[in-house]
Amino acid sequence: MLSIKNIHASIEGKEILKGLSLDVKAGEVHAIMGPNGSGKSTLASVLAGREEYEVTEGTIDFGGKELLELSPEERAKEGLFLAFQYPVEIPGVSTTNFIKAALNEKRKYQGLEPLDAASFLKLLKDKAALLELDKSLLSRSLNEGFSGGEKKRNEIFQMAVLDPKLTILDETDSGLDIDALRIVAKGVNTLRNESHAIIVITHYQRLLNYLQPDFVHVLMNGRIVKSGGKELALELEEKGYDFIKEEMQESLTA
Amino acid sequence: MNTIKTEYLEERFNELLSAQPESKLKSWQKEGFQTFTKVGLPTLKNEEWKYTGISRLFTRDFSIPSKGTESISREIVEKAAMPGASAMNHLVFLNGKLNLELSAFKKSDDFEICTLEEAYNGKYRDDVEAYFNKSSLVTKDGIHALNTSFMNDSVFIKVNKGHEVSMPVYFNHIFDATHNHLLASPRSLVIVEEAAKVEIIESYYTHGSMDSFSNEVVEIIAKENCQIEAYKIQNDTPNGNHVGTTHIRQIGKCLVNTVTISLNGGMIRNNTDIIMEKDANEAHMYGLYFLKGHTHVDNHTLVDNTKPLCFSNELYKGIIDDYATGVFSGKIIVRPDAQKINAYQSNKNILLSPTGTINTKPQLEIYADDVKCSHGCTVGRLDEEALYYLRARGINKDLAKSMLLKAFADDIVMHIKIEAVKEYVESLIAERLQLHD
Repeated sequence: MLSIKNIHASIEGKEILKGLSLDVKAGEVHAIMGPNGSGKSTLASVLAGREEYEVTEGTIDFGGKELLELSPEERAKEGLFLAFQYPVEIPGVSTTNFIKAALNEKRKYQGLEPLDAASFLKLLKDKAALLELDKSLLSRSLNEGFSGGEKKRNEIFQMAVLDPKLTILDETDSGLDIDALRIVAKGVNTLRNESHAIIVITHYQRLLNYLQPDFVHVLMNGRIVKSGGKELALELEEKGYDFIKEEMQESLTA
Repeated sequence: MNTIKTEYLEERFNELLSAQPESKLKSWQKEGFQTFTKVGLPTLKNEEWKYTGISRLFTRDFSIPSKGTESISREIVEKAAMPGASAMNHLVFLNGKLNLELSAFKKSDDFEICTLEEAYNGKYRDDVEAYFNKSSLVTKDGIHALNTSFMNDSVFIKVNKGHEVSMPVYFNHIFDATHNHLLASPRSLVIVEEAAKVEIIESYYTHGSMDSFSNEVVEIIAKENCQIEAYKIQNDTPNGNHVGTTHIRQIGKCLVNTVTISLNGGMIRNNTDIIMEKDANEAHMYGLYFLKGHTHVDNHTLVDNTKPLCFSNELYKGIIDDYATGVFSGKIIVRPDAQKINAYQSNKNILLSPTGTINTKPQLEIYADDVKCSHGCTVGRLDEEALYYLRARGINKDLAKSMLLKAFADDIVMHIKIEAVKEYVESLIAERLQLHD
């Protein structure tokens, strides 16, 4: 579904990703861990199409299309969803109207008619219940005055409504208390299926306890330096990133 | 190079006045022209007119409507009228003059409608004497003096004590610029008596392809416990130019709300003055200018706190595209006796094009020491973060922009209390943004 090959990306002339490669198949959950500044959020931004990042080398195939040639909105309509680390507050645009616009744009792209009002409302209601999202939030301005937990749940709620093929959770667990974390994880798990791939970018093991990833990758200095199963996350939690640095040193000196 | 011509105005003025019998109005007009001759048209050197070169409109010869009645087809009146006009007290002003035949309003004991001349010669002489043409703001400025000189006796309205005018009073201004450039000078006096309530809406429509310039003054007297909504909706053609002063005196403790929406036109200057002459007066002023093409809109506001405990809140927002220009100049004066007042002012602008211009100038003159005043202005582009967020959800860039601009504009539009007017403005904005629900 997603094939990242030797991506180099920079912002303001500074290279952050230095030859990153990653393959993600439908139905898989991949966790990407790494110390601060290793390039985790850059990877999320490059995938979603943030224009400040310049990709200088490499290719990304997404479902048979060259992702880098698509605008952010085309990527979303092709089924890519980024759950933001810091969801933006947008005064004056209600959550409902926003999701309606997003959903109908996607349907139009797929050659479908806009969802009728009743079906749309039912969809919203069902998905809001799944995320235990207070319905009053839906009529309020998007993210405006939402708590940190509400913002993150709203992201997963949007994911649930838009039903993407590939979801990238960019530090969705940061700033969440245990209860909110559980709700978010439950929401994600419910939407886990054979056609939906998920990339979880995180610092910590705790979200992974709930999500049980198929693969864990360690990102360091703009590259994936180690990959393994979910036990790798536990090892990282226990030993920190130093042991990987040591391994890298050894392989260099060997 | 085109030169500014005002000499011919004297000729027109003499022609106009010689056709009239002596009257009080005529003496005001003479005074007005004397002032105009003395001070002349404001130029860019005049601090209050720094960003709006109104004198350059006078490179053409204007025809000036005479006293007689003119007419225009009902079809044009319909075209000019905003939707919902049939549920309003619909006053049609053709080239500044009230046209009773084309107007449709319900006579009631809530309010009186007549010409200033009739008011003065009839039972409202005292009112006219007391309130008409009294403010130095209105009498000293050259462009106002020009209004007084050529004033069209537009309308005198008195809302009776304790009465609430159930239907909004709608001034549908139509300017016929089919054959000549037109200078119209609408002039009105509105007195809102104690505990009365009224909503006034004005709109402007230029018919024909020559230039029109409406130079308007409306004086509003607000008495104790009254409530006034005063709206201006400007969606004229690019050949429709306008200077309009809405001069509101709160002579009793009362509430005034103004909303000024400017979407289209040529060169437009709106002066909205609120003079707070009684303790604890309250006023809210809102404005939206959403401009494209070469439209120039200058909003000049004044809140003059002359007494203690007054409250005013002012929010003007601008969206500037193409080659358009937006100007905001907001003055708050707090006189020495006006202690414990609250005055807030904010002006926010979004510049959509590199060729657009915004000038914003807050001015605070505070002579009292125990007051709360704040002002702020911003000029920026659309919020890139918000735009990216919407796009990352699959919303096309153009639609995302439109959604954000609509949200920005809604902040002002929501303060329009008359549903039909609000819907009309919303539809104009949706059309501009190509938003279809």
